[in-house]
Amino acid sequence: MSSLPDLICPAGSLPALKAAVDNGADAVYLGFKNDTNARNFAGLNFDQKTMADGIRYAHAKGREILLAINTFPQAGRVGDWHKAVDAAVDQGVDAIILADVGLLDYARNRHPQQRLHLSVQGSATSYEAINFCQREFGIRRAVLPRVLTLAQVEHVIKNTTVEIEVFGFGSLCVMNEGRCWLSSYACGESPNTVGACSPAKYVKWDKKPGAMETRLNGILIDRFGDNEPAGYPTLCKGRFEVEGETYYALEEPTSLNVISILPEILKIGVRAIKVEGRQRSPAYVTQVTRTLRAALDSLANGSEGFHVKPAWQAELSKVSEGSQATLGAYSRPWR
Amino acid sequence: MNGQFTIPKFKLPDFIASLGQKLPQWPHALALVAGLNAAHKMKLLPEAELDLLEGKLFRVRINDTGGEASYTYRDGMFRPVFRPDREPDLAFAANLSAYLQLLARQEDPDTLFFNRELEITGDTELGLIVKNMLDAVEWPSLPKLPQLSR
Ligand code: SF4
Repeated sequence: MSSLPDLICPAGSLPALKAAVDNGADAVYLGFKNDTNARNFAGLNFDQKTMADGIRYAHAKGREILLAINTFPQAGRVGDWHKAVDAAVDQGVDAIILADVGLLDYARNRHPQQRLHLSVQGSATSYEAINFCQREFGIRRAVLPRVLTLAQVEHVIKNTTVEIEVFGFGSLCVMNEGRCWLSSYACGESPNTVGACSPAKYVKWDKKPGAMETRLNGILIDRFGDNEPAGYPTLCKGRFEVEGETYYALEEPTSLNVISILPEILKIGVRAIKVEGRQRSPAYVTQVTRTLRAALDSLANGSEGFHVKPAWQAELSKVSEGSQATLGAYSRPWR
Repeated sequence: MNGQFTIPKFKLPDFIASLGQKLPQWPHALALVAGLNAAHKMKLLPEAELDLLEGKLFRVRINDTGGEASYTYRDGMFRPVFRPDREPDLAFAANLSAYLQLLARQEDPDTLFFNRELEITGDTELGLIVKNMLDAVEWPSLPKLPQLSR
């Protein structure tokens, strides 16, 4: 049996975690209920008790729990992030996903036995950066930003012994992982500062006759006709007037979907495939996990005869933002 | 509940909505509030998030039946509001099938929102709190999602 990459699925709640495990995730990634993770939304994420329940549930079925502490410590509050790292170790998570080098250093020195992964927010796109983190902090895996072509991912894998994880499905950030401050332009808050892009308290959906308007802190960022699909209210996915034309000037509301290039992803030696969406409901986690599980399992005996089932694509496109899918940077002809 | 059962997307004919608007709205409100209070009693709803709902006015509108219900959360209880004297803090509008799909955890609210089958207006953060709160509930016996043929 060839070794398939791990399927890493998101959970923002205990029911979502169970849905991921029950539908075939090899590992589930989570965050604490605070701004130490990049999906810091009201009512979402795990406290000590739900996390303990979740870890027990996953371990009983032989699956792993990864904990994301993927924001950057804010001035004067570094202790909160250290506490989060300590708490993750106490809880017994299988790995901690970190972005900040200071935190990586802390975790490495304080908890030398703990498995560490480099977060996508760490923005390491070259094998030099990844090997540096391996040498200095002993990282075992790195999650690549969604900016590399498949050939570039392969080049990284050939030049490192660190396991490589890539994104396989989910909403897209504008491909500037860990460095985007667009949200701060409108709201004064960004994923890297408060753990949320375009926080809900700044978002307003206004129903107008024949259209719905999206405002971010009062700034009109999009207007949808009644039958037009909608997207998340982030600045990068707004429509703006540029030189007399109004269009998605930065990014279209689409989802990444790599199902059609799974054989290539396996061939180049990717160790894990990640699904975006800790902010989504258990229904989404169920649908996406079981679909990718089915697709991966169909590759267990080699990629000959691999074909993308229409049912998979239908299931995935239904849950997609803007109901569109893209191969993102993996297939960009330019670099 | 039968594990193979899928709730299809449907829309009731328009005349039902016009009928619904003529009917008294309080049965919907009572049923909804009774359900929420039952969940609350079973300690299914997280206390910390419930506090954030205190005094807020919610409206749930079912487009294709013309029914709507308003309720609030006050002093530890969900209560129907029969004649709301102001705009709700948070309002949902969708066809009946969308609500049923949500309740059965067959569809994700973001999916329905992207596809314009669920409309959310008002205080967006409150909407997120409610959504995340309901997502985190471990219903005693969750209806199973239908299996995708592999
Ligand atoms: S504005 Fe867009 S690209 Fe920037 S953090 Fe938000 S979602 Fe990502």
